[in-house]
Amino acid sequence: MKAIYFAWVRERIGKTEEDISPPAQVRTAGELIAWLSAQGEEYAYAFENPSVIRVALDRAHVKHDAPLGEAREAAFFPPMTGG
Amino acid sequence: MTAQVMPTVRVQADDFDAAAEAALLTQGRTDIGAVVTFTGLCRDEGGRLAALELEHYPGMAEEEISRVAAQACARWPLQGVTAIHRFGKIAPGAQIVLVVTASSHRVAAFEAATFLMDYLKTRAPFWKKEHHKNGTSGEWVAATEADDVAAGRWGT
Repeated sequence: MKAIYFAWVRERIGKTEEDISPPAQVRTAGELIAWLSAQGEEYAYAFENPSVIRVALDRAHVKHDAPLGEAREAAFFPPMTGG
Repeated sequence: MTAQVMPTVRVQADDFDAAAEAALLTQGRTDIGAVVTFTGLCRDEGGRLAALELEHYPGMAEEEISRVAAQACARWPLQGVTAIHRFGKIAPGAQIVLVVTASSHRVAAFEAATFLMDYLKTRAPFWKKEHHKNGTSGEWVAATEADDVAAGRWGT
C-alpha cells in the first residue's frame, strides 16, 4: 500500500510518500502506526506520541481501531489546522 | 419540493473574490432571503509573522469539504453553499478561506456557515506553518482545543 505523510510527520520521516508492505498481522490503523514506528529512528520520532496522529484510509478519516481492509492509501498527519 | 443543492467546493492556490462568489449564488433568483459570507484572513500575529504556508492533502481536501457541505445541506434548508480554501504561501492580510451560505431565512444561513467553518477547521486536511519576519521558518500551528469544542457542539 501507499503511505503518505503530511506536515511535521512528513518532515520528521523525511519523505512525502512511499510504498510499504506491512505483515498480515498488522490489521488496524493503530497497528500500522506501531509497525511504522519500528521502521527506523525517523519513524519512531514521527510517531513518538501515537495518540495525536490522525489517519486517513483512501482519503477518509478513520479511528485507530479501524481495520485496514483493502485500503490502498494510508495517510498520517497531525491534527488539522485549516480554516 | 426544492431542488437538490449542489455545493461549490474549490481548493486552490489563487485568491478568490468573495463578493463575486456570493453574487453567483443569488443571481437570477428571488427565493433567497439571506446570504452569509465568511472570509478567513491571515493574521500577522502581532507583527512577527511574514507568511503562513498551508499544506494540504490533494484530493482528500476537496472530498472532505464536500462531505461537510453535504452535511450542512442535509441539516439546514439551504439554497446555495460555496466553500473555497487556499493552499500555498499566504501573506498577512490575504484571504485563506471563504464560506458562503444562502437560505430563505437568516438563522439557517448563519448556523450553516458557522457549522461549515467549525468542521473545516477540524476535519479538512490542511496544516499551517508559520514563517517569521526574522527569516526563521517557524513552527507548525498547533490545533486548539477551542476548535474541537466548537465542532463538538454540533453533535454530529
